[in-house]
Amino acid sequence: MTEAVSLPQRPAVLTRKGWSAFIVALLVVCALAPLLNLVVPQDSAFHLSDYAVGLLGKIMCYAIVALAIDLIWGYTGILSLGHGVFFALGGYVMGMYLMRQIGRDGNYKSDLPDFMVFLDWKELPWHWALSDSFVATLFLIVAVPGFVAFVFGYFAFRSRIKGVYFSIITQAMTFAAMLLFFRNETGFGGNNGFTDFKRIMGITIATPSMRMVLFVLTGLALLGFYLFGRWLVASKFGRVLQAIRDAETRVMFSGYSPLPYKLTIWVISAIMCGVAGALYVPQVGIINPSEMSPANSIEMAIWAAVGGRATLIGPIIGAFIVNGAKSWLTVSAPEYWLYFLGALFIGVTLFLPNGVVGLVRKLRGKGEAS
Amino acid sequence: MTPDLMEEGARRAEVHAARKQVEGKTESGGRAAGFSRIATPGEVDVTHGRILYLEDVSVSFDGFKAINKLSLDIAPGELRCIIGPNGAGKTTMMDIITGKTRPDEGTVFFGSTIDLLRYKEAEIAQLGIGRKFQKPTVFEHLTVFENLELALKTDKGVKASMLFRLDSAMSDKLAAMLHTIHLADSITRLAGNLSHGQKQWLEIGMLLMQDPKLLLLDEPVAGMTDEETARTAELFLSLKGKHSLMVVEHDMSFINTISDIVTVLCDGSVLAQGSLAQVQADERVIEVYLGR
Repeated sequence: MTEAVSLPQRPAVLTRKGWSAFIVALLVVCALAPLLNLVVPQDSAFHLSDYAVGLLGKIMCYAIVALAIDLIWGYTGILSLGHGVFFALGGYVMGMYLMRQIGRDGNYKSDLPDFMVFLDWKELPWHWALSDSFVATLFLIVAVPGFVAFVFGYFAFRSRIKGVYFSIITQAMTFAAMLLFFRNETGFGGNNGFTDFKRIMGITIATPSMRMVLFVLTGLALLGFYLFGRWLVASKFGRVLQAIRDAETRVMFSGYSPLPYKLTIWVISAIMCGVAGALYVPQVGIINPSEMSPANSIEMAIWAAVGGRATLIGPIIGAFIVNGAKSWLTVSAPEYWLYFLGALFIGVTLFLPNGVVGLVRKLRGKGEAS
Repeated sequence: MTPDLMEEGARRAEVHAARKQVEGKTESGGRAAGFSRIATPGEVDVTHGRILYLEDVSVSFDGFKAINKLSLDIAPGELRCIIGPNGAGKTTMMDIITGKTRPDEGTVFFGSTIDLLRYKEAEIAQLGIGRKFQKPTVFEHLTVFENLELALKTDKGVKASMLFRLDSAMSDKLAAMLHTIHLADSITRLAGNLSHGQKQWLEIGMLLMQDPKLLLLDEPVAGMTDEETARTAELFLSLKGKHSLMVVEHDMSFINTISDIVTVLCDGSVLAQGSLAQVQADERVIEVYLGR
């Protein structure tokens, strides 16, 4: 027998350092942020303003999307430029529930949502049947984007559509969905979408404490999905995904059928986006078809690229950097925002193929070497 | 049940047992070929002494006949070398066997019972046909160890992969393979950083991890140093008998070291077949391939 070889262990979900950082993040989201926002008086320098809570909550939703895109693009090599659809679908499901929660407090004092009264509809369309139930809404937030992704993904992957062709089709998908939701007769409020939400589970939505609850839930979802993503990529499943990205034919000739693998990660990614969308809508108070515009989905891919693909933490950082810059620039110099975004994307593609995380690693590697 | 019938039955059983004793070591491993033998799905039946049959296979791309009425068969445990000029259809033939290309006509059987044309690439790989590509294809962003681990023969479904854990039997197998392919000291290196020859070896190692019955090797020693080539020849000779191998090569000295039977392909069909000396003496082979 040959001499023993020490085989590497299965990679841990997180390193010790990673766990400490994770717990710090958990404390910040669950304890520090509520404390600074609700308990610390407003005139204190440490007070976290309601505006900041709203903004951070929104960006955390985007970070979940960036994480989802990293799983499908960074790890599996499938660039989706249509993840906005799944985000918006989750948002619309939540929006329908919130519309029903308005009850008779709308402008027309009717049982039906205002836009239906405006269209002179007498009863609720069939697809609103479950919108009164919060439990059903929670189920649909996962099921609707998951189902749409499953059907789309099954046919696309079975036909072995790859690379740029796949990306183009996803763009077409999100554009088609946007046109569909723009129409009044589909029953999604047309171009105005849903807004003027009043309550969630009977509790007024626009109170500081409710806002904080949503913020904490979003933070927990982000951290939970991050952990789940780590677990996925540390498993052999994650390595098969990377193998599909690097050499799909080799994967097939190694006895793996790529279709179920691609489909699984595609559906997981879509569901993550759906959950993010559902958390996003009550925080920003509006959902309309512009969320499905092709440009939105492209922007989502940029977050992942800026942060660093196939790192999981990178896209989260990327979502914060890009959206932080966006909320600052659109106030201080709104006309330059799109130029900035374009320049950022070109710059990252040319000079930082591994994004911000790749840059940090490179600098750190150099520091250690010298 | 009458006494005659019972006697008759006992007599038949005796005859059957006697026949089983007589039939000793045949190519089929002593198993009786016959009717009413149970064909187990997924199991390769080599009782007829052939592990791979290709018969009258043709395929054309845009009118160009890449494979033209090709018939070829390989015995279990055989090491068959395939040579031929560029465009003779060597790679296309491998594409057909592994399910990458569908032939326009003809039959391709793995053993006596498995019609390969009814399976997809991944299924064919799981049935026990491993393939090495002309250009070494390994998973560049994974380590040597992870590459081999992925190739390991095991349940390759999604759920099984999510919950996969390496057990000690698998670890032993992996460790042994790392020695066989001389990569035991590069376990944690990324496969993309290996030299060309090492990548070739890694790919061969990945094939062997799948425990295949038939190995298709497309130019396995291309880009290897002389020493590596010699070691590869050694490895292949040690595999012969346990696995069936089909090797496409241009390196004549390598073929000389390993080959029993050489098949010459030209214009999509078999031009000549025999020992290397025989085919090298063949006028037609000299004409189209070896040159005068």
